[in-house]
Amino acid sequence: MDIQTIMLLLFIFIIAAFLGVELISKVPSQLHTPLMSGTNAISGITIVGAIAATQVNSFLAVNGSGSIAADIIGIIFGFLAVLFATINVIGGYFVTDRMLGMFKKKGDN
Amino acid sequence: MNTTAISVISAICIIMYIAASIFFILGIKKLGKANTARKGNLLSSVGMGIAVLAVFIEGISYMILTGNFGRNIGLFFLSFGIPFVAIIIGGIIGFLWAKKVEMTGMPELVALFNGFGGLASLLVALSQFSAGKAVTNDAFAAITLGLTIAIGAIAFTGSIVAWGKLSGKKMFKKNVPVPNFVNGILCGVGLLGIIFYACGYSSSSRGAAGAGVLGVIGVILTVIVFLVLGVTLVIKIGGGDMPVIISFLNALSGLAAAFAGFPIRNTVLIVSGCLVGASGLILTLIMCKAMNRKFFDLLFKSFGAKKSTAAAGEQKEPKAMSIEDAFLILEAAKNVVIIPGYGMAVAQAQHAVKELCDVLEENGCEVNFAIHPVAGRMPGHMNVLLAEANVPYEQLKTSDDINPQMSNVDVAIVIGANDVVNPAAINDESSPLYGMPIVNAYEARTVFVLKRGKGTGFSGIENPLFTNENTVMIYGDAKQTVSQLVVEFEN
Repeated sequence: MDIQTIMLLLFIFIIAAFLGVELISKVPSQLHTPLMSGTNAISGITIVGAIAATQVNSFLAVNGSGSIAADIIGIIFGFLAVLFATINVIGGYFVTDRMLGMFKKKGDN
Repeated sequence: MNTTAISVISAICIIMYIAASIFFILGIKKLGKANTARKGNLLSSVGMGIAVLAVFIEGISYMILTGNFGRNIGLFFLSFGIPFVAIIIGGIIGFLWAKKVEMTGMPELVALFNGFGGLASLLVALSQFSAGKAVTNDAFAAITLGLTIAIGAIAFTGSIVAWGKLSGKKMFKKNVPVPNFVNGILCGVGLLGIIFYACGYSSSSRGAAGAGVLGVIGVILTVIVFLVLGVTLVIKIGGGDMPVIISFLNALSGLAAAFAGFPIRNTVLIVSGCLVGASGLILTLIMCKAMNRKFFDLLFKSFGAKKSTAAAGEQKEPKAMSIEDAFLILEAAKNVVIIPGYGMAVAQAQHAVKELCDVLEENGCEVNFAIHPVAGRMPGHMNVLLAEANVPYEQLKTSDDINPQMSNVDVAIVIGANDVVNPAAINDESSPLYGMPIVNAYEARTVFVLKRGKGTGFSGIENPLFTNENTVMIYGDAKQTVSQLVVEFEN
């Protein structure tokens, strides 16, 4: 990776960190649990990395440009990564929704 | 297909990643407000869908570019079939789990899902490592990959230990001898592993397969050491500190996802992982503030090391009261505040508490709930339980809202809470709790404390509230006690 790309990625990283801090700093305490489980679901974004890694490994395995054993291991890791990330994502979103569905105002039923 | 079309497709993918990031940002923003929270969660799930779609499209365009599309069935099966099958299986497991969990089991579930997120990032890094030079071809990529492994591994085993502690499994109630020394050593060895690996890359031109022997050793070392470190960091943390550690682990799993984005230059991973990391960190600091603890101390010092000896002086016996007498006082009360704690969750008393709340209100009494930010085992734990029992959220007040009016409250009912109502935090400088913001229950005209037995809370600190003049103890299972009070009202 050239230095420009690295700096650009770090730039994105730092700006996102500041954005995250600004977004969260004033959240009422009653929403702490849904916020936590909702952001937890977002951290399952690693599923995108998992799919990409599986595809790269598949490509290498089929084209035989690397060590086939390493590629197969990579595919297995990728499969498991997608599996766990999906549990995190789907479970996280549904459970957050269930929780938020219970928060009611006075008079709602 | 020509290369122009390919560039157009990859531009579309980048636009989709931008859209996904915007959905996440809006989602988190809306998640922070009570009336838009549900919509916020929906928006962020749409963002996730877009991001997954984009990575599949990227894969297809790469296959077209290399002339494999439509010709190589094997490749198609591997690069689309395998992730697709994993998504279906994982989706079904996640969906069923989320549907069947009891609300009282929520802290465990959040910890477990979080652990899966950390594990996924760890596996992504290992998969990237297996791909060798196709993904990691320089020291920067190697270092970020090492950090993904480190943080993902800590988030994984740390969350599993937190899950074990929350579900009361005995094997997680252990201690590490000289923990700071052990953790320091582990950290050092793990970083060494990352350096091995990074050096393997920067110096190697050997073989396309990867970083050479040094790199493989480095990666194995890093994985093992940080898996162990996750255990040793979290295992000594007590139940009452769980809200802090869960938020912290949440931040870590986000950060791991962000670092997993660096080697493959994937911006949506960096942005959304980092958003989660930052918001988790903020939540961690809010929790620390609510406990008057420094985060550093929590991880590296053991709590209660300087136990207060002040209690040795005068030993007063707390007064106990029968349910009938308690009912008479409650019947005359015009203003009641209920202060729930972890004990309410253990006794699963939230529905009984709601019934009590209803009969009190029928009796013309004003009922409010005072929720301390760290009551329970995760941030906002009490709010979720009471929401499940249909308590409207306007009735759930923070300690800051309730404390100024506490002297006008006829009866404060403390249900399974201890440290968060301990007046020693205000007036006893020798107490380890000193300086922690509490719910000022002791200012109410009468205080009922519903408690299982006579022991101290998780911190093991004496609570002078229990021996106050205006405090009466009602011993027994909180759920039964509350139900009996309701029965008294109905007669």
